[in-house]
Amino acid sequence: MQLTMMASKRFGEFTLEADFSVNGERTGVFGVSGSGKSTLVGMLAGLVEPDCGKIVLNGDCLFSSSARINLPPEQRRIAMVFQQHALFPHLDVKGNLFYGFNRCRQEHRVIDFDALVGVLELDDLLRRSVKNLSGGEKQRVALGRAILANPRLLLMDEPLSALDDTLRFQIIPYLRSVSEQFGIPYLFISHSLVEMRLMTDTVLVVEKGRITDQTGSEQLARNRMGRSSVGYINLLELHGMTERDGMCAYRWDGGELLLSATNRDTESGLFELSSKDLILFKQHPEAISARNLLRCTVAALFESGTKMGVELHCGDGKLISEIVPVAARELGISPGCTVYAACKASAFRRLSARNPSKK
Amino acid sequence: MTSLMSTDYDAIRLSAQVAIAATLFSLPYGFAAAYLLTFVKFRGKVLLEVLVNLPLTLPPVVVGYFLLLLLGKNGWPGSLLSDAGIRLIFTLKAAVIASAVVGFPLLVRSLRIGMEGIDPQLIKASRTLGACWHDTLLSIILPLSFPGLLAGSSLMFARSLGEFGATIIVAGNIPGVTQTIPLAIYDYASSPTGGSTALALCLVSVAISLAVLFLHELLARRVARGE
Repeated sequence: MQLTMMASKRFGEFTLEADFSVNGERTGVFGVSGSGKSTLVGMLAGLVEPDCGKIVLNGDCLFSSSARINLPPEQRRIAMVFQQHALFPHLDVKGNLFYGFNRCRQEHRVIDFDALVGVLELDDLLRRSVKNLSGGEKQRVALGRAILANPRLLLMDEPLSALDDTLRFQIIPYLRSVSEQFGIPYLFISHSLVEMRLMTDTVLVVEKGRITDQTGSEQLARNRMGRSSVGYINLLELHGMTERDGMCAYRWDGGELLLSATNRDTESGLFELSSKDLILFKQHPEAISARNLLRCTVAALFESGTKMGVELHCGDGKLISEIVPVAARELGISPGCTVYAACKASAFRRLSARNPSKK
Repeated sequence: MTSLMSTDYDAIRLSAQVAIAATLFSLPYGFAAAYLLTFVKFRGKVLLEVLVNLPLTLPPVVVGYFLLLLLGKNGWPGSLLSDAGIRLIFTLKAAVIASAVVGFPLLVRSLRIGMEGIDPQLIKASRTLGACWHDTLLSIILPLSFPGLLAGSSLMFARSLGEFGATIIVAGNIPGVTQTIPLAIYDYASSPTGGSTALALCLVSVAISLAVLFLHELLARRVARGE
């Protein structure tokens, strides 16, 4: 997907100046609420008319104030998934799914209905009324409806914000696999850095109506570490839980990790660990209360605000730890040297659980 | 209690006829007006709003008199129609028009309340899914404003049953032709011997109104349950 946008829109005091060009299948738009993300998406979808400028998608001009072009939304082939599912209450699940499909021209119909229903696991819901679905089911139907419209671009406007944490991370794999399997590029809008990293490669940062940065999602997380109150969030896929000494032992790419017993019901899952919860030692500490001690190699150091980020390689696993620059100097931490990283069993937070037996 | 005469039965039939015709006749216009007022931005919206609501505040007699001027031989719509061989004044059609005009604001109000209740995201979603504006109108807005349509129609039907002031001026009070229940009651009430017949017609009127309101409640509940 090649998207160029040079458009502005004024609402009273607020002005959105969207001036960027992106090329990629998984693009993010990141910013706090009120920064202008939704207006940007609205202009792209044709729901908000820019005051002036130009929008070009894959070489097709969608809007141009100088050439007096303004394609209506139905001709842009840009489908949207909204924060609140926006399912049509008078239609059942099947009716909702087919709404866009029936309105799509024959030559554009490439998505196979049954394949999509399979990927999104909607088989059992087709005859149901949309009023009787759970939040996660509704969002899956909304996603399926948008994909079945056979769009050339999918806009996801905070599609996970209305869901609770557990559900959020259950939906993400669907979002990713659908666009991958059916080859539909997307623009993912969110104020969550973790969602950005899980969903996108390139990120446009929107601040006060301006595009202030265009960078990789991983790079963005590192840049923000220094001024974030939660630090950099390490995302860890953990597998094969076994109980040991009243704790839960998991396999991780970088070795075994011990987590507190509250995770007993999770066989495998996605966990987060803040860069603030990793303490570094230059030598092996003799005795320590923290239950996890990992021997790591320092791969790189980076500055972020007033902090230093330390990229650690531990087997095939990667972790980011944050320390103050003076600590880096005192410990003599430099790329290539070996350090020990310690963290408590209680420092991990579960984002999503996968239990094969429950499914 | 005296039994009703054939002209009284005519009045009941005519009342129902006028109310049904006026409601059905107004529906498409009411829907269009409500759509314009709810969803479309345009110049002169306030003017349309005022015009639609004007019959609600004007005395029905005034509405009737204006209709008489317009539809009479000297008004331009009236003269056009009379050239085409159509006469409206003092016919049942005039009674329908009078009821339609007087009840129109009620219909539009209910429809608007229904339409304003539709989540704007649904309309946006339908557009991004490939529906043009009239497709959205028919596939999303129309079915979702059904409760408002139902409420508006029954209100308008009930209002038309009671229409008196505009009807008597523009359609007259001709038994068997344009005399609806309220006009018949007016006739009986002003004659020294008609008291009991007037009362009988009043009871008929009450019965019809109750039936309409019950039906309205029943349907409204069914719609609410369906949601």
